[in-house]
Amino acid sequence: MKIGILMLGLAQALRLLRLTNTAFRERFAEKNLVVQLKVLDCGTARSITFRDGRVSSRAGIHPAPDVVLSFKNARVAAKLMSLKPDHRFNIDAMKNFTVDLDGPDELTVWFAETISMVKALGWRYGTRLKGGITRYTGNTNGGPVFVYVKDGRIVRITPIEFDAEDGETWNIRARGKSFSPPRMATVSPHTLASKSLVYSKERLLHPMKRVDFDPKGERNPQNRGISGYERISWDEAAEIIAEEIRRVKRTYGPGALAFSHSAHQSWGNVNYHLSSGFRFFNLVGFTKVHSNPSSWEGWYWGATHHWGHTMRLGNGEVFGQVEDCLQNSEMIVFWSSDPEACNGVYAGFEGTVRRQWAKDLGMTFVHIDPYHNETAAWLGGKWIAPRPGTDPALAQAICHVWITEGLYDKWYVENRTTGFDEWADHIMGRSDGVPKTPEWAEGETEVPARDIRALAREWGKKKTYLGAGAFGNGFGGACRTATGAQWARMMVILMAMQGYGRPGVNMGNLQSGAPIDFNFWFPGYAEGGISGDLQFTADGPITYQRIPHIMTMNNVRQQIPRINFPEAITEGHATGYPTDVAAINSQFVPYRYPSPGHSPVRMMYKFGASQFGTMNNSNRWIRAYQSPNLEFVVNQSIWNEGEVKFADLILPACTTFERWDIGEWGSGGGYAPQYYTQNNHRVVVLQHKCIEPLGESKSDYQIYVEIAKKLGLSALFTEGMTELDWCRRIWEGSDLAQHISWKKLLKRGYFVVPTEKEHLRVETAYRWYYEGRRKTVPELQPLPADYTEKFLEGLQPQSGKFEFVPESLKKAGDPDRPPVNVYIPSWEGSKSHDLLAKYPLQLLSAHPRYSFHSQADGKDGIINDIEWHRREIGGYRYLICYVNPADAAARGIRTDDVIRLHNDRGEVLFAAFVTERVRRGVIRTYESSALYEPIGLPGRSPDRGGCVNLLTNHRSQIRGGSSMAPNACLVEMEPWREPVATVPVAAELAEV
Amino acid sequence: MQKWNMIVDVEKCMNCHNCFLATKDEYVGNDFPGYSAPQPLHGHKWLHLVQHQRGQAPMVESHSMPVMCNQCANAPCIKAARNGAVYERPDGIVVIDPVKAKGQKQIVQSCPYGAIDWNDELQLPQKWCFDAHLLDDGWTRTRAEQACPTGALRSIRVEDAEMRAIADRDGLEGLRLELGTRPRVHYRNLHLMRAVFIGGTVVTHVDGIEDCLAGVTARLSKDGALVAETTSDTFGEFKFDRLERGSGAHELELDAGGGRRSRHSVDIADSRYLGVFAL
Repeated sequence: MKIGILMLGLAQALRLLRLTNTAFRERFAEKNLVVQLKVLDCGTARSITFRDGRVSSRAGIHPAPDVVLSFKNARVAAKLMSLKPDHRFNIDAMKNFTVDLDGPDELTVWFAETISMVKALGWRYGTRLKGGITRYTGNTNGGPVFVYVKDGRIVRITPIEFDAEDGETWNIRARGKSFSPPRMATVSPHTLASKSLVYSKERLLHPMKRVDFDPKGERNPQNRGISGYERISWDEAAEIIAEEIRRVKRTYGPGALAFSHSAHQSWGNVNYHLSSGFRFFNLVGFTKVHSNPSSWEGWYWGATHHWGHTMRLGNGEVFGQVEDCLQNSEMIVFWSSDPEACNGVYAGFEGTVRRQWAKDLGMTFVHIDPYHNETAAWLGGKWIAPRPGTDPALAQAICHVWITEGLYDKWYVENRTTGFDEWADHIMGRSDGVPKTPEWAEGETEVPARDIRALAREWGKKKTYLGAGAFGNGFGGACRTATGAQWARMMVILMAMQGYGRPGVNMGNLQSGAPIDFNFWFPGYAEGGISGDLQFTADGPITYQRIPHIMTMNNVRQQIPRINFPEAITEGHATGYPTDVAAINSQFVPYRYPSPGHSPVRMMYKFGASQFGTMNNSNRWIRAYQSPNLEFVVNQSIWNEGEVKFADLILPACTTFERWDIGEWGSGGGYAPQYYTQNNHRVVVLQHKCIEPLGESKSDYQIYVEIAKKLGLSALFTEGMTELDWCRRIWEGSDLAQHISWKKLLKRGYFVVPTEKEHLRVETAYRWYYEGRRKTVPELQPLPADYTEKFLEGLQPQSGKFEFVPESLKKAGDPDRPPVNVYIPSWEGSKSHDLLAKYPLQLLSAHPRYSFHSQADGKDGIINDIEWHRREIGGYRYLICYVNPADAAARGIRTDDVIRLHNDRGEVLFAAFVTERVRRGVIRTYESSALYEPIGLPGRSPDRGGCVNLLTNHRSQIRGGSSMAPNACLVEMEPWREPVATVPVAAELAEV
Repeated sequence: MQKWNMIVDVEKCMNCHNCFLATKDEYVGNDFPGYSAPQPLHGHKWLHLVQHQRGQAPMVESHSMPVMCNQCANAPCIKAARNGAVYERPDGIVVIDPVKAKGQKQIVQSCPYGAIDWNDELQLPQKWCFDAHLLDDGWTRTRAEQACPTGALRSIRVEDAEMRAIADRDGLEGLRLELGTRPRVHYRNLHLMRAVFIGGTVVTHVDGIEDCLAGVTARLSKDGALVAETTSDTFGEFKFDRLERGSGAHELELDAGGGRRSRHSVDIADSRYLGVFAL
């Protein structure tokens, strides 16, 4: 009886809404359908009819319903129809077949969205300001923002300044001073360019099909990157894709469809590729293009064996270093570490103010980098410029001085480490007859031996933080070269000799380890979002029990190592080593493509367009794209750039400002845990849909819905949820719900997590280890099974201690990673004599300072106007390339000459900037160009867009790993005298 | 009446361009009637950064600073404008009227700082108006300052006398003061862009091993008079900054004590790393 009333109530509510609410009146006019609700057990039933904008209902069974929603019994029906859904119950009901939905996807999705509209009645969002402006909130890869909108158009995008309502800010007292960060969220440069990118003329606004691609006839794969495009409808696009998915499954079987995503995306836990992307592709089955740990390389393949941390990909703990460094440390050595240019990936300029404090406290700074980097220029201090790739030799000489002069922590070495004697034998030359003296290292590095000795002595006497890589405990730079694993190993070896965990002695450069609240739970983007993916996200252990949703599983046991994707396509096979965070030894286990019993890839679904700019030797990608082995290529992107122009079908995605989402600033999660410790405040943002999607572009979630409808998967994919419903579910399941109501969050748009009370702050990283206590820092790693003695005692390596000569490498037998970390010169570097005769310059390509990977580069945005990013010469904006004055003079190159960099792999044009800031024999530019603009045929002519990775070697750092080394690259340069064609041959979008 | 002034600290600027981008975000494509017409997407530099590099490896420096309309108290653009198309507000902000200034290209040339751009499409001289439309709307600071991560930019609204006192106290300098324009943008640590430095490395040899020599007293003199004195650091490095470009012949004395000293003639032209000195 009660359930009958509920059904009637729903129908009556819909009728009432038609009379009182314009939005519902318009909604009901969209479709004609009959929805049948019925309870199988007791037979209670009611049909609701939508016809010509009117709503009617009648008890009982309708003779010809379009959609049938049936419940096993009244209890299930009552719970599922409740206005306060219990998602755990709902999923359980689906699993046990006590609820069923039948009907065409187009209508079931429409009905579910209509019910969502009912639930969302009365929801208001945004803050009304004067002059017809509404202020919304957004979240970007460079920080959270306010978005000011007037008449449906973005006026401005600004950082968020906190007010009295927002959570309080921490304070650190150090050496008689008191430090507190500004009460705002700083943002990276590219974030401030966001508006110019939303309205970029390079936006993709309609689905497009390559003009000479016919899925039922000639496909002309050889013309990818050359032919133009014609506009098609969303329905046509979704139908072509769905049919191609069906066709490759039918024809080739599991594995024929590959999904490949770029490393980064627009922010948001719902739309992220690790969220709705994995959810959708798990539902259709796909060959995963497996990402190597691209920014971590040397840490994962090298440092993990000495100190563990596989679940951080070899980076270290991030607790309390800000306070400890300011209070106790005297010196910071920045080794291949440029935090002011790297912004901690997602962290705006949050670490900057702390380094200002360190400067105010009179700390000493040393910068080791072949380029006098932005942090060195700003903070000042000694600049040491080794030849690229020789850093491990420099580090070994520091060990030599420490051992010779007794300047290391002997107690720590004796009590907290293993294998030191064997290591010392190597350093002192007792095992190979070559003492690793500063003079020896000078021969390798060209750093004066006197400087190495002075640095080693200062370091051995002063309490020192080692900032290695952009975060200070990993990431970027020298870990991305042929000697990257050796270098990262040396960084942790140095700190083990100094006793990391001792007050004032630790890894860090003040970028990580702010004293914030570590217990407030909100999922990071790699913690699954709505994916339900158990295999490649942290959804299972971290998110599912708080935010129940349907779990999904890929049916394909086949992967392609991303670096070798082109060979997998053109040659048909590839071998890779996994990015597997579970344990130290799991990285030794190779996988092969194709997998036994699986189909080679025939269809490629590419999400994003950055790989020409970010993957090594990327002319290979062009050859792969033009291969007949790829029968169908889809690209889903926001802008028309890079690889987009090599697709058969282009799907226009909208920006983060045009869709709903939710996410915490800078929180990666997964193998990037606690990245929010870079931020001075934890900020969670309900990312408003600030404006309508431009043109016909759609959110990533909606794009998947469109395809899912064609495959009958939409109910499973959506769970009847809109993106905003998913945001609410994430709010509800996270700790946010305990602090701020949904309606308030919806309106205000962001929440600042109150800082941790001073007496509850997490202690400094590794202090527990230094003092020989049970582990007290809050991290869910390593796996319990990876503790050797007792749970929470000791480190992850076999001995439970820091291992100077790792047991894991003794068993691996990789000739490129001998257990004793001997210096093996780069395979493309200072000792490559034959190659040097032809290509005498070492090319360094750092993560870009102003753009974010390929985001915000190109696209006609305002980053292009920064002359330290791109420089306009003859009407074209070339990417900047820094050249040493002597190297420039020898080739007749001056600032703002167009220069051609080339080697056997490719040729790329740049704008030269001649500067003393780069050491002789080195040229330095930025990777991640968004533009690939060949001046002739793609793959066979110079690129003027600045895709430096056309030049880099795709050889793995080490034979026993899948490990990229873009900074091991020899080139020659010369002035470019030839005129550049004004219209590249590469495809221009032509609307037909 | 209190006037708006901007104080820029060159030492704090790290060339991140957040100020440049925030200002572009504010004006490109946006019309603020009475304050400014939309800025074109590319090319204009209402607020931008200039960079200056000094020295040679291993002593290299790179500095930068934002430059913008100086909101001159004695503004040449106001004099060059017809029909009162450029005017100073009571709060000191200089505004180019986007209607009255149409077609007046001479306003662009009148600015000795090059802070005014010409909008070819609108036939309009344009510049940064200190975000007056935002300040009038209740904002307490400009977009450039809000976006600056280091506090290198700071606007204050004070009486002229107070501003003079602050400038004297903090050693602030203006650009091209000799023109009498009386700019309201003031710079701290401007020597990093203007002055030159010299530096070198002191080493010693013991048993065939070369080591850096710390604690060596370095004295720089001109015509017998001591100009500056400093001490070498851990890496044996010494540096004299705030020297006048092209100030000519100087004498450098390096004194390690105990009679270990050397003297060198140095010609100061541009910033220079002098090399390695053995004692």
